[in-house]
Amino acid sequence: MSGQTATIIGTASAAREQPPASLVGPWAWARRNLFGSWWSSAVTILLGYLIVRWAWGFIDWAVINAVWSVPVASNPLDTAAPCRQMAGVGACWAVIGDKWRFILFGRYPYDQQWRPALCILLFIALYGVSANRAFWRKELLYIWVATLAVIAFLMWGGVLGMDYVAQDQWGGLPITLILATFGLAFAFPLAVVVALGRRSTQLPAVKFLCVGYVELIRGVPLISLLFMASVMFPLFMPEGLNPDKLLRAQIAIILFAAAYLAEVVRGGLQSLPKGQYEAADALGLSYWQKTLKIILPQALRMVIPPLVNNFISFFKDTSLVLIIGIFDLLTAGKVAMADPTWTGFSTEIYLVLAAIYFVFCYAMSHYSRSLERKFSRARNR
Amino acid sequence: MSQTNEAPEAAIVLDRVNKWYGAMHVLRDVSITIGKGERVVVCGPSGSGKSTTIRCINRLEEHQQGRIVVDGTELTNDTRALDTIRREVGMVFQSFNLFPHLTILENCTLAPIQVRKMPKAEAEELAMSYLRRVKIPEQAKKYPLQLSGGQQQRVAIARALCMKPKIMLFDEPTSALDPEMIKEVLDTMVGLAETGMTMVCVTHEMGFARQVANRVVFMDRGEVVESGTPHEMFENPQTERLQTFLSQILRGH
Amino acid sequence: MSATTSDPRLAPTRQAPKQRMQLSWTDPRFRNLVWQALVLAIIVAVIWYLVGNTRHNLEARHIATGFGFLESTSGIPIGEQMIPYTSGASTYLRALTEGVLNTLKVAIVGVILSTILGTIIGVGRLSPNWLLAKITAVYVEVIRDIPVLLQLLFWYVLLQGLPAPKASIRLGSAVFLSNRGIKVPLLVWEDAHTWALVAFAVAIVLTFLWRRRVHRQRDLTGTAPKVWPVALALLIGLPVIVWAIFGAPLTIDMPQLHGFNFSGGGTITPEYGALTLGLVIYTSAFIAEIVRSGIQAVAQGQWEASQALGLHRGQTLNLVVLPQALRVIIPPMTSEYLSLAKNSSLAVAIGYQDIVSIASTILNQTGQAIEGIAIIMLVYLTISLSISLFMNWYNAHIALVGR
Ligand SMILES: Nc1ncnc2c1ncn2[C@@H]1O[C@H](COP(=O)(O)OP(=O)(O)OP(=O)(O)O)[C@@H](O)[C@H]1O
Ligand SMILES: [Mg+2]
Repeated sequence: MSGQTATIIGTASAAREQPPASLVGPWAWARRNLFGSWWSSAVTILLGYLIVRWAWGFIDWAVINAVWSVPVASNPLDTAAPCRQMAGVGACWAVIGDKWRFILFGRYPYDQQWRPALCILLFIALYGVSANRAFWRKELLYIWVATLAVIAFLMWGGVLGMDYVAQDQWGGLPITLILATFGLAFAFPLAVVVALGRRSTQLPAVKFLCVGYVELIRGVPLISLLFMASVMFPLFMPEGLNPDKLLRAQIAIILFAAAYLAEVVRGGLQSLPKGQYEAADALGLSYWQKTLKIILPQALRMVIPPLVNNFISFFKDTSLVLIIGIFDLLTAGKVAMADPTWTGFSTEIYLVLAAIYFVFCYAMSHYSRSLERKFSRARNR
Repeated sequence: MSQTNEAPEAAIVLDRVNKWYGAMHVLRDVSITIGKGERVVVCGPSGSGKSTTIRCINRLEEHQQGRIVVDGTELTNDTRALDTIRREVGMVFQSFNLFPHLTILENCTLAPIQVRKMPKAEAEELAMSYLRRVKIPEQAKKYPLQLSGGQQQRVAIARALCMKPKIMLFDEPTSALDPEMIKEVLDTMVGLAETGMTMVCVTHEMGFARQVANRVVFMDRGEVVESGTPHEMFENPQTERLQTFLSQILRGH
Repeated sequence: MSATTSDPRLAPTRQAPKQRMQLSWTDPRFRNLVWQALVLAIIVAVIWYLVGNTRHNLEARHIATGFGFLESTSGIPIGEQMIPYTSGASTYLRALTEGVLNTLKVAIVGVILSTILGTIIGVGRLSPNWLLAKITAVYVEVIRDIPVLLQLLFWYVLLQGLPAPKASIRLGSAVFLSNRGIKVPLLVWEDAHTWALVAFAVAIVLTFLWRRRVHRQRDLTGTAPKVWPVALALLIGLPVIVWAIFGAPLTIDMPQLHGFNFSGGGTITPEYGALTLGLVIYTSAFIAEIVRSGIQAVAQGQWEASQALGLHRGQTLNLVVLPQALRVIIPPMTSEYLSLAKNSSLAVAIGYQDIVSIASTILNQTGQAIEGIAIIMLVYLTISLSISLFMNWYNAHIALVGR
């Protein structure tokens, strides 16, 4: 730290003079950042040793000794034999090669799997478009509605020459993306209404209801809501009407997400200066004109970074539907592990599942951080 | 709502208006009558209730006792009365309160389109004419935060004028501005005064008061202490409180 | 301005009059009343409809209602017992209590361990050592971006994949890792230990009192004895003395391998181990971020200013930096604790018998879904509320200290 300061001052006062060699170059950098004190040196050596050992062990297992593919065996139970010989020594990536379509698309008819694959791409494109600030306009709403409608058409089919695929045959990554994205899309408007309700001092009964809803949902685990959807919801319905399991879970996730998003939106509403409300009132705008034209456009823009963070949580939380037996990405992976041909290779499958979740979540959290930086820079200006 | 016959020429009547914040009695029997076309400057020490008084006139604050009649309409709990008043009364704030997500032009056309149901083209034409009057038509496509403080306040004045109000309220319109920008805003207000607009203005700009005000009202601790022409008030203050206030103002400048 | 005479606004002679509401659509208060009545009516109607459906469905399926089942005997075998329980003899109520205790066992241990681990990692991220800062950053990023359920399942598979007891991995002389769980030596609990624990609690109170006295003396005279030597003596000495008075019993129950299984010692089951490990690792990544940003929120200027005043590093940390950092840290920390408690419900996925797992088994046996889910929600609402209240109290305490 002090070394750096000295360098800067030195160069500023005598620009053409070179700083002493002991302050630049990789050695100086290492001395400062890796061996700054005896304590720091000890940490570096210990961590360095552990990393090298562990990384080597991992590469050994995952690359050098790994089994990448297996020949087709006459008896399906013998297929994994080459892997079993290397069990514990090398990874068996052959299981992924054999199972990847099942993990990604579940039991969706094999020859129709281009449809869920296209849906995955559409979802990614939708996220990409939403991330672009140039699209933060009213038109984004239409883009969302259109994309989600197209996805529903593709998944169900039954039109334009596509075979009808019943919902209980869907599975894998599209289910995860559907639960998270449709969850957000429906939870968001609900959250806005609840947040507005929670702030309405004029309507104490409405406010009380909104507070009760938000606090109740946030006080209980998601799994209890999912149980509710799977065992209690059928009791609520009139006889003969029984919405399918995925829809019920989707409703639970929407109700769950809305409570959390409502708090985020409320934060945005609270951060607006009072003058904005007063100026709108003084111009004679009605409550809804004021809310729709002045308050929400500003408040919602402010809450985009925490909104993205919440979306990441929902994305991960959708994996809980495993517990009530819905065929999402994690469930597909678990079912793949249970295949008698490939028992004992769950680590490989878990790693691949983790990698898929990680890629999505990391991209989003990276984006959210860059957005936060941009926002705080704009605020400090 | 109820049309009053008592003073048809009066634009604003405050009749023994009282207001409480919790237990604090912030307006105490405030009575002011302002005629059509009159220009009144309200002054007084900080916390004396000036803002509260003029915010009661367009009901940003509710009074709890007494009567307020604006342009023949009494302010009650009636939403129709409120809608009428808000349409006829324009307000300019100390902190501008422009809408940062809308362009200057959109700021000006929003209320005419939404409240007066004016066609968009007509509203834009109107807005441009007012922007020309406050001398910033070239900024119409910009956003508020890209403008200087003085320019923003002039936009705020144009925005209020676009509703074609009969009465304009100003709450310390220049006190958030740097000295060099104060003049441009005051010039705009002087120009507005010359059109015969009814104006109520909270300000400490004594030069402005002398130049345009028909009357100065001095408030302290929630009541009207003294009122009269600028000349009477500044040259010959009657009460000790006004004398003290004026000496502090003069020392401050 | 009003120093000489009292302000008439503050001691008003008149009070605000009450305003009457008009029964007219143009009175906003009347309008608001009508809207609220409408909203409530709709909600009541919806609930009425759902209750009607539910009644009908329950009758059609011959499902009992009410909490009478709590008193009947449960046939649920429970492996992880905190209080005596026998399947086939104890009641459902007892089974549920067992579940609540198991939930608390995970939540409390999880909160403590993840706070410790999270703090270490959070401080590590700010280390001047580049390697340490990078590794902790990678840890946080990777752990946060993988669903906690996936992590739990993964740890569970790893623990189950350990060798059988015969080939178990030995750590030191008395800890065994096997697919039956982790076997650890256990202290045989006697009265003396209970009393030593009581003595420890007394020592904490005495330490507080001592600290108060020292601070008061310093305020009065400017000099005062140090706090920590006495505190240390109290906290260690008192329990040890009490323990010694009771004869200093110390029997340790060592786990021993007999043939294919262990005897003696304490067990951390693979379920409990995987759940706690997974939750601690997951939550610590979030806590690390909170700790890091809390410390960073205290500006460098604060360090410099207080060191310029001549405070030592320790004093600066204690009196200037920590009070400010804690105020930033505590609110988000509270919500992390809450989510750890709620995530403990994922136990059901790996077969650890927490409240959710036991309640859902009961729910399947009796068919009384509504009661079962109501119990789960009630338990979690109570836990959430307790954590919130405790953390709010602590936050208020901190705010006072850091005043
Ligand atoms: N929302 C409120 N709640 C409680 N008290 C308030 C509120 N608004 C204003 N007051 C009090 O009412 C009194 C009058 O305030 P007001 O804003 O009208 O003063 P002012 O004359 O405009 O002062 P300034 O020159 O500082 O703007 C003050 O004592 C203030 O503390
Ligand atoms: Mg004011």
